[in-house]
Amino acid sequence: MEITSPRFKQNAREALADPQLQKAMGNVRSGFIDKRQAAVEALPEFDALRDNARAIKDHALSNLDLYLEAYEAKVRAAGGFVHWAETAEDARTVILDICRAAGARTVTKGKSMITEEIGLNEFFEKNGVKPVETDLGEYIIQLRGEHPSHIIAPAVHLNKEQVEADFRRVHDHLPASRDLSEPEALLGEARRVLRAAYFDADVGITGANFLVAETGSSIIVTNEGNGDLTQILPKVHIVLASLEKIVPTLEDAAQILRVLARSATGQDMSVYTTVSTGPRRLDDPDGPEEYHVVLLDNGRSSMLGTEFQDMLRCIRCGACMNHCPVYHEIGGHAYGWVYPGPMGAVLTPALIGVDKAGHLPNASTFCGRCEAVCPMRIPLPKMMRHWREREFERGLNPATARGGLKLWAFFAKRPWLYRLTTSMAIPVLSLFGGRKGRFRFLPLAGGWTRHRDLPAPESRTFMQQWRGREALKQETGGKQGAAR
Amino acid sequence: MSGREAILGKVRKSLGGGPNDAARMVAVEARLAKAPKGVIPERGQLDEKARRKLFVAMAERVSATVRQVKSYDDVPKAVAEYLRSRNLPAAIRVGADKRLAKMPWATQKALSIKHGASDGDDEAGVSHAFGAIAESGTLALTSGGDNPTTINFLPEHHIVVLDAKDVAGDMETVLAKVRRQFGKGEMPRTLNFITGPSRSGDIEQKLLLGAHGPRALHIIMVGG
Repeated sequence: MEITSPRFKQNAREALADPQLQKAMGNVRSGFIDKRQAAVEALPEFDALRDNARAIKDHALSNLDLYLEAYEAKVRAAGGFVHWAETAEDARTVILDICRAAGARTVTKGKSMITEEIGLNEFFEKNGVKPVETDLGEYIIQLRGEHPSHIIAPAVHLNKEQVEADFRRVHDHLPASRDLSEPEALLGEARRVLRAAYFDADVGITGANFLVAETGSSIIVTNEGNGDLTQILPKVHIVLASLEKIVPTLEDAAQILRVLARSATGQDMSVYTTVSTGPRRLDDPDGPEEYHVVLLDNGRSSMLGTEFQDMLRCIRCGACMNHCPVYHEIGGHAYGWVYPGPMGAVLTPALIGVDKAGHLPNASTFCGRCEAVCPMRIPLPKMMRHWREREFERGLNPATARGGLKLWAFFAKRPWLYRLTTSMAIPVLSLFGGRKGRFRFLPLAGGWTRHRDLPAPESRTFMQQWRGREALKQETGGKQGAAR
Repeated sequence: MSGREAILGKVRKSLGGGPNDAARMVAVEARLAKAPKGVIPERGQLDEKARRKLFVAMAERVSATVRQVKSYDDVPKAVAEYLRSRNLPAAIRVGADKRLAKMPWATQKALSIKHGASDGDDEAGVSHAFGAIAESGTLALTSGGDNPTTINFLPEHHIVVLDAKDVAGDMETVLAKVRRQFGKGEMPRTLNFITGPSRSGDIEQKLLLGAHGPRALHIIMVGG
């Protein structure tokens, strides 16, 4: 897919001015947060599970080479094939080869962000294979020629009237008089159309939430059941998964599953948690005849051992974007590539380069909600700061920003000068801030004041106020101590 | 160099591999062999009776329906009654599970029974659960001729027979049973954990039942 991350600012401006998008984003602001909160409060062990989930992934990542080898051996023992893909191109090639060998014309797909990452649908279409997305949200955006705007709710940026218009346009074999005004009718129509596709497909492709080294199993989690029909009906099941999906054992997966659904949708468990191991067995009446796993690196191995390793713990629940004030305003497409929100702001620069995605880690208020809700305790704001540092080191920021930072650094390194300057400037700003206590416009701060007011400072600097407080404490110290 | 060697080489290099490999191998082998349990929530850690009660409550919370019967002999009648109550044709699809086969289906003369995997034309399918998890109201089903996986997903109505004795407190207990039955590190082709009927919230975040899998999940719990 086309990367539009470099024009993030323009994307964001357009998103803010898009009334359909703004209406749809209201569903994110109201829905996910309360449901997650209720599910978390109902499980006293939630934080202990988070700690253990983090420990499991840290252990798996520190021994990733060994677990990958153990996993591969078990897949092969169960009659499956493992393909190693260093790059997106390698993965596309190996998947197309498997499809060609199976004589595939139609391929059904369960929801998989990694197939988005490698641009699989576009590649299939160029090579005469028809990909059919089966997750309802993915199906809708495929009809529109769009990409997901959220990692677990791909069509969250749309309203039902838009979906109805797309169904009328594409399903033109159905009577025009049918009633599609309610979501129930839209779901029913998609169910009927896609039922036929499952049976037509020669190959089914799913992602994986976990790969289990102990058993050579892949695990997917869905609510619709589309990932299951995608893998049990066609002759061939291909699992596309990135390296860091490995967990050691089934018990380890069980721990992380407990924090995954709660963080994502506020469910205790998603409806379908499916553990798949190899192709159908001799006495199986259904299931795929071939089982392939494509292990994708595409930049992950270079994140290991760096300050970005923690990002590889991510289980793609979407909680960070559901709680992000920036994502709430601009939606997912503005981020300009596959992964939006705070997790995208950290992962995207690692995968496509900070030169292209440098705006993303800058689009954060550092409010810290993403880290507070992350089930894997990934320090997202800290890592965004790392990217800002790298962007600065490589001289990628505009000259004005660099100049401003250098000027500030000059003063910050000379505390006496900093205090002297601020103690003179603050009363002036305070005076000009007027009775409203804020600026609608300020020279050199246009980037800020164009969209919001700048609060005017108090009449004294922080240091002055602090000294005043300390002096007050000295005077009343004895009494306060007694009160405690 | 193959993709495999290149990737493993890069991973090892990034991890600073080499000097501590022996210790790492020991740790990895120990974890794979022992499969330690982590944090097990208190919620499901109950005596048998309370555990079954919790399972029913949790399953109903996720929109499954539950009927409790005394013995396997009561199941065919309960199935027929469910179909009637939903105005469904008196027809089901079942696999070769012996526990299901032994039941007195002949008592339900109007009921027609198809055997084997589902072909997508079945309104209702009947499976026998491998186990269940009280903590989350979840059923566990394993693939094979006894309970073909297609029956779990293609029919509009999925009826699952569950032996009350198989209701565990937590997922870890069910996983231990999988290991006992299939062997350590061995798995059936598919192990399905099912928590309620199929659903989607993809249109305006409004939750709707019956996305691609069954619209209804009916559990018949035997005994207890």
